[in-house]
Amino acid sequence: MASEIELVDVTKHYPGAPAPAVESVSMTIPAGETVVFVGPSGCGKTTTMRMINRLIEPTSGRITIDGEDTRSLDPDRLRRGIGYAIQQAGLFPHMTVGQNVATVPGLLGWSRAKVAERVDEMLDLVGLDPAEHRDRYPRQLSGGQQQRVGVARALAADPPVLLMDEPFGAVDPITRGNLQDELMRLQAELRKTIVFVTHDFDEAVKLGDRIAVLGDRSRVLQYDTPEAILANPADDTVAGFVGAGASLKQLTLLRVREVELGQVTTASVTDDAAELERKLAGARRGFALLLDARGRPVSWVHARNPRQPRPVGDSVSLRSTLRDALEAILTEGGTAVVTGGRGEYVGVVEIGTVMAAVQQLREEHTGVAG
Amino acid sequence: MSFWEFVADRWDRLLAESLLHLSAVVQCTLLAALIGVAIGLVVYRSPLGSAAATALTSAILTIPSFALLGLLIPVLGLGAPPTVVALVLYGLLPIVRNTIVGLGGVDAAVRDAARGVGMSRLGVLTRVELRLAWPAILTGMRVAAQMLMGIAAIAAYARGPGLGVEIFAGLTRAGSANATNQAIAGTLGVVVLALALDGVFALIGRYTIARGIRGQ
Repeated sequence: MASEIELVDVTKHYPGAPAPAVESVSMTIPAGETVVFVGPSGCGKTTTMRMINRLIEPTSGRITIDGEDTRSLDPDRLRRGIGYAIQQAGLFPHMTVGQNVATVPGLLGWSRAKVAERVDEMLDLVGLDPAEHRDRYPRQLSGGQQQRVGVARALAADPPVLLMDEPFGAVDPITRGNLQDELMRLQAELRKTIVFVTHDFDEAVKLGDRIAVLGDRSRVLQYDTPEAILANPADDTVAGFVGAGASLKQLTLLRVREVELGQVTTASVTDDAAELERKLAGARRGFALLLDARGRPVSWVHARNPRQPRPVGDSVSLRSTLRDALEAILTEGGTAVVTGGRGEYVGVVEIGTVMAAVQQLREEHTGVAG
Repeated sequence: MSFWEFVADRWDRLLAESLLHLSAVVQCTLLAALIGVAIGLVVYRSPLGSAAATALTSAILTIPSFALLGLLIPVLGLGAPPTVVALVLYGLLPIVRNTIVGLGGVDAAVRDAARGVGMSRLGVLTRVELRLAWPAILTGMRVAAQMLMGIAAIAAYARGPGLGVEIFAGLTRAGSANATNQAIAGTLGVVVLALALDGVFALIGRYTIARGIRGQ
């Protein structure tokens, strides 16, 4: 359900312009991956993306989808097979949410019943209650909801390829974060080939399986995994674009489950005083973690003052990023408790673990490049 | 004879002329809409074309209706043809201008999305752009119809149909019996028709403008 896209020497030169807008871009976008085009405003990243569905015709070069040259197809037909979501959503204001989502299935001539069913399925998929939203008009929705409808419309005909042009650029940061999470959840399920354009490098790191950092005239400065780009930027321009805090950004790429967890002494809240004292005597640095009857962390106790436990404030799960773990380490004073799927204690992450993980990542990618 | 006695006496004739008047205005408005929207569609993407079309249709409106009819008579003769041509020409300006404004006001993101999801050029025009520009176009037609109501009265000068016949007859016979009544009956008839037609346009707007864009 995904297609490989290949760009070979693609150039766009507008008549009368002194220099081409896009010059000789070649890259392969693997099937089922999210590739993010990131670069400064006006670098030609949107132009490059729009050449894939021929909203802009390349001056020269070749673009193939699953080996088929896009020029061999009728452009309208080609576009019906490629999902398209843009900034501001671009919903049709005179049509209901349902009619908007039904646009492409309608163009493809699906039966009425099948379209109706699909509309509800899509709204459900993007987290909007079909019964409540189907018959509303775009202007009755919030910006975030409009974007969701935009994504639902793009996905309605189940296209193997999805083009997204700064789709979350016009919403507030909290909504943007939620929409990004939703997109990642969707993509984990659907495995489409997604080409995503943004100028926000953090968004690229979060969403991309690969990132293409583009410079002037859409020149590919570096095309690699987010980990590799953060660990080892190809040149100063890329490094500048990665910006400050590359190490912190790397931490967002690592999950707690990917590092080796430490263990601390644990005791049960049901243990009597003597039992607790015995455990604390053997504990490293005199600390123990109290767990409730179902094994969930409750509080920290110290040998010096076993009667005054300190509640566990911030804990992380196995799915959390190392950045979240670092945050918990800082607020908890050196040790972040890690919990499993049912909230039970599974181990701890300490500052040394985080540092070692970053170090290892850096060595891996320097080794590859060097 | 009082005014109302005059109206009652001439009711059949006044009614027939009113219908002819209304029919001429409605038909000419529709014809002007067809031509005006077509002109708008041709020029709206080009700022120069838009300016030229607006200037040209504005220029037509500056020609006194009396003069235009007078100039058309030698070419088209008397009766309906010069009336229709003059009315359609006068009706163009509001329709052309509102078509350009309406189509130009369609959000670029909406147009881009329509192309991007695979609508054909014609599909984008008929299913998105014209639907969104329709409130503006309809307003243009409404303004044109109001204007043509008045101008159509002058068409009696070219032996055109309608209530203008009464007004002209009344004015040329000024001083004789019922001359004033006749002129007033014609004028009042035009006003009543104009109000009625405006009401019809309001209703058309109610039923044809998509709910999602109504009241914007």
